[in-house]
Amino acid sequence: MLSSQVELGISIYKPGGILMRQYIIRRLLQMIPTLIGISIIVFAISAMVPGDFITAKNNPNMTAEKAEQLRHIYGLDKPEYERYFIWAGNMLKGNMGDSLQHKQPVTEVINTYVWNSFIIALATLILSWVIAVFTGVFSAKFQYSFFDRIVTLTVFLCMSLPSFFIGLLLIKLFALDWKLFPVSGMTTAGHNDAGWAYIKDVVKHMFLPTLVLTMLSTGSLTRYFRAGMLEVIRQDYIRTARAKGLKEVTVIFKHALRNALLPAITLLGFELPALFGGAMILEKVFVWPGIGQVYLESINMRDYPFMLGFTIFLSILTLLGNLLADVLYGIADPRIRLK
Amino acid sequence: MTEALVEVQNLKKYFPITGGVFSRTVGNVKAVDGVSFTIHKGESFGLVGESGCGKSTIGRTLLRLNDKTDGKVLFKGQDIHQLSKSQLRSIRPKMQIVFQDPFSSLNPRIKIGEAIGEALLSHGLIDRKDLKDRVMETLKICGLAPYHYNRYPHEFSGGQRQRIGIARALILEPEFIVADEPVSALDVSIQAQIINLLTDLQAEKQLTYLFISHDLSVVEHLCDRVGVMYLGSMVEMARKEELFGNPLHPYTKALMSAIPIPDPTLKRERIVLQGDLPSPANPPSGCKFHTRCPLATDLCKEKEPEYRDAGNQHFVACHYA
Repeated sequence: MLSSQVELGISIYKPGGILMRQYIIRRLLQMIPTLIGISIIVFAISAMVPGDFITAKNNPNMTAEKAEQLRHIYGLDKPEYERYFIWAGNMLKGNMGDSLQHKQPVTEVINTYVWNSFIIALATLILSWVIAVFTGVFSAKFQYSFFDRIVTLTVFLCMSLPSFFIGLLLIKLFALDWKLFPVSGMTTAGHNDAGWAYIKDVVKHMFLPTLVLTMLSTGSLTRYFRAGMLEVIRQDYIRTARAKGLKEVTVIFKHALRNALLPAITLLGFELPALFGGAMILEKVFVWPGIGQVYLESINMRDYPFMLGFTIFLSILTLLGNLLADVLYGIADPRIRLK
Repeated sequence: MTEALVEVQNLKKYFPITGGVFSRTVGNVKAVDGVSFTIHKGESFGLVGESGCGKSTIGRTLLRLNDKTDGKVLFKGQDIHQLSKSQLRSIRPKMQIVFQDPFSSLNPRIKIGEAIGEALLSHGLIDRKDLKDRVMETLKICGLAPYHYNRYPHEFSGGQRQRIGIARALILEPEFIVADEPVSALDVSIQAQIINLLTDLQAEKQLTYLFISHDLSVVEHLCDRVGVMYLGSMVEMARKEELFGNPLHPYTKALMSAIPIPDPTLKRERIVLQGDLPSPANPPSGCKFHTRCPLATDLCKEKEPEYRDAGNQHFVACHYA
């Protein structure tokens, strides 16, 4: 009797439980004022940037009269606050407007390019986390050993080199000298592969940019996991686990790693916007048709609808990522009770 | 006298102090500095001494949770520190430890049912289908309820957690348990419960204890023989009645005089030790206790006293005892 009551008391915090649902709804409602604030700030900054879509084109044949006409057509001649309300009103209706540059709805532009960035970001995420967990664990287990020093040196080296430099270096080595991987792009020009052949082609093109991104992000994660593990393996309960006579593998990967991974869940939440955000510099270096490049271009071209729309899109993902991190944290750590 | 279960011979455990640019070893903290004693089957051996004198280090080195620096630890005639990793693992269930801090010694992310049962499974001592029953039975023996099985450590009080710690050690059916200050983190009322639990378990399962404590009254209640430690060395060791009735070493006398006696009218002289415990990295010459000993002479400063039998299995290390 008592036990079933207790079980019930705990389970309402679990996923699908009443309290968990209430918590998520409350957090989603709290996101509304935050988003309004973000939209005002983002719009204000974009409005303060000198120039607009018409001047950014640098068309030598553009007369002042013609420019005025175009501004009127795009609605750029209206006062800022009015433009904000028109834009925000459309956003509320789910209409992000049309990209001035692409002459397409913003959502469609995002949809066209974002998945190209997503596959690289996802591959990078998985690779860097797996590598970082293992190297971090072994670095901590054998602290100050030769392995630890080599790993530390390597990850700091990878972190410190600028992405465009490693990118170009790898292109020279892998693509030009050894001809192992294509130089750039996402598919081989002139090929019309389908199915497996297409996937293989894309993976081949993905390899180098993914490698660079993994090199850049594994470093800090490795140090993070190393520090986390170092703290945990000094805990008394690790000594308890050893005193039980458990295998060292069990002690490290079950008792220690589970506790060391906990703070990393927060990091995982932050990775959500990064998955869709694209990598501006690398996409340029590898001529990868990703969203980062498009975003950068939209800023240069003062393509307000796209620029604002995509920024808001990333903001929402950031907020959702935070929420996700908190919820996962509550599930993973029995001591946390979400309030 | 029954057979010896654990023999400790001249055990030393030094922790290196590193310093300088190349982190060379510049000194050693001599946590345990040449301690010998024997624990017989079925007895409770008490180890007392003030904080930092190396009691807990002995407990851990005894079970090879630390590596030794020198000396021997024989468990049923086998040198624990010579065993291979897999041999050590297979012998672990026979020698268990109950830790001092019931809060930090339980993994916060593992349900206690699993925490208690996992070692059984890992050593192949039980079928998976019988595990839960066995854990629940052990919970009951240790004064916990079966429905605690699915709870996490943070849902328990300190006393309950210590019971979990005992259950965890007990389920492996050990012959020898090191109880490393098992009650010092608990309320006095709970202390009594835990001590009674330990006493009952000993009677029931013929356990052998190494009971580490700085609480003399607890040791007097629970132990058959007692060793007194000072700065990494054993200064006196005797049967409980002998030690408490006729302490020979000045340090032991000082400790005894500090035991509170619940009689407000009783007048007695307390021996109050002056000064602090010297650093175990740089222990005093001669008798380590001479810096604080009320009876110290020049001889004590120069010559280390011999650890000798003063008769009736009463060992003491003092020139004047």
